[in-house]
Amino acid sequence: MSITLTPSDWLALLGQFLTLSLLAVGGAITTVPDMHRFLVDERHWLLDNQFNASIALAQAAPGPNVLFVALLGWNVGLNAAGGALSGAATWISAALGMLITLAGILLPSTTLTFVATRWAHQNRDRRAVRAFKQGMAPIVIGLLLATGWVLTTNLGTSLQHWPLWLLAAVSAVVVWRTKVHLLWLLGAGGLLGWFGWV
Amino acid sequence: MSQASATPPDHPQPQSLNELFWAFTWLALQGFGGVLAVVQRELVDKKRWLTREQFIEDWAVAQVLPGPNVVNLCLMIGDRSFGVRGGLTALAGMLTFPLLIVLVLAYLALGSSHTGQLQDALRGMGAVAAGMIVATGLKLLPALKKNVIPALACTGMIAITFVAIAILRLPLIWVLLVLGGLTSVWAHRLLARAEEERTA
Repeated sequence: MSITLTPSDWLALLGQFLTLSLLAVGGAITTVPDMHRFLVDERHWLLDNQFNASIALAQAAPGPNVLFVALLGWNVGLNAAGGALSGAATWISAALGMLITLAGILLPSTTLTFVATRWAHQNRDRRAVRAFKQGMAPIVIGLLLATGWVLTTNLGTSLQHWPLWLLAAVSAVVVWRTKVHLLWLLGAGGLLGWFGWV
Repeated sequence: MSQASATPPDHPQPQSLNELFWAFTWLALQGFGGVLAVVQRELVDKKRWLTREQFIEDWAVAQVLPGPNVVNLCLMIGDRSFGVRGGLTALAGMLTFPLLIVLVLAYLALGSSHTGQLQDALRGMGAVAAGMIVATGLKLLPALKKNVIPALACTGMIAITFVAIAILRLPLIWVLLVLGGLTSVWAHRLLARAEEERTA
């Protein structure tokens, strides 16, 4: 896919991700619908399958899931340079797109995190701050259990998916009760999947 | 000073920015399907840079603030030892190598012939990653012993949060605001009463 981006388009891309950063309560993944609206539906800077592949790849790779935002920017930059990696100009364009979206999604939230953490640390003796921390603790634990549940059900809810459920449950108990290295478990899960056993 | 914010003597701190950078690089590279479970295992269980209570507190704040949660968490942990420099170093560690890997994968994915099998493998790893996150929650349970809210009520709040998110699929922000708000107000009252009793 080949598109043309003017300097004001690049700025609009930055502005969009700067705004989304402060809306991303619960993680960048919660703003995916809005990114799709902007990049695919409104501006036609990305194809639908480029958008989906960016998210799937970043989820599969190690590291924070927010890296899908970098891939979205990379692909926009690539499209702006003709759609294929050939020569220095296309690399620079793709890297520029990646820097813009990643900086956009990180700058506002990072600044806010520093400010809020400082404030909370300086006021840690205040009853309100202590009450917030203690009050949130059971909610946080409930959230973690729920996240595991949601991730497992996303893999499949019908009865034929019972091996996946069993694998998730066994992993939970093993990680909870033993010190087995997490990479061994992930490797085992990958092999079971590759050979079609789960 | 609250117990949970103080760093007990048996909790060492990272000695240099270099150590911080590589610790977070290693964390990120182990984090298939999310980094949170690895953070708990490496920084709380193994390196002991954080207590369970500190981890829960930081994670609660990281959840409430906008932005990628794990990124917020690594900023806070780095900031605690070396200020803003530490936060940014931890962030750089978290992003640099995974970013390179994602780009290589994106490049290779264009020409792979095993895409179906790869997806099956990823699904298997996804199930393990989901189990790891459940285990992280289970391992944090003992931290509630020091909580001002009674144990039975804590268990009830865990169950309500689970149902709200996992079964009813309510938006996270409302669950945090309403349930978190209620328990925080309650904790505030209990703390106030405890302080009155101590001074009386």
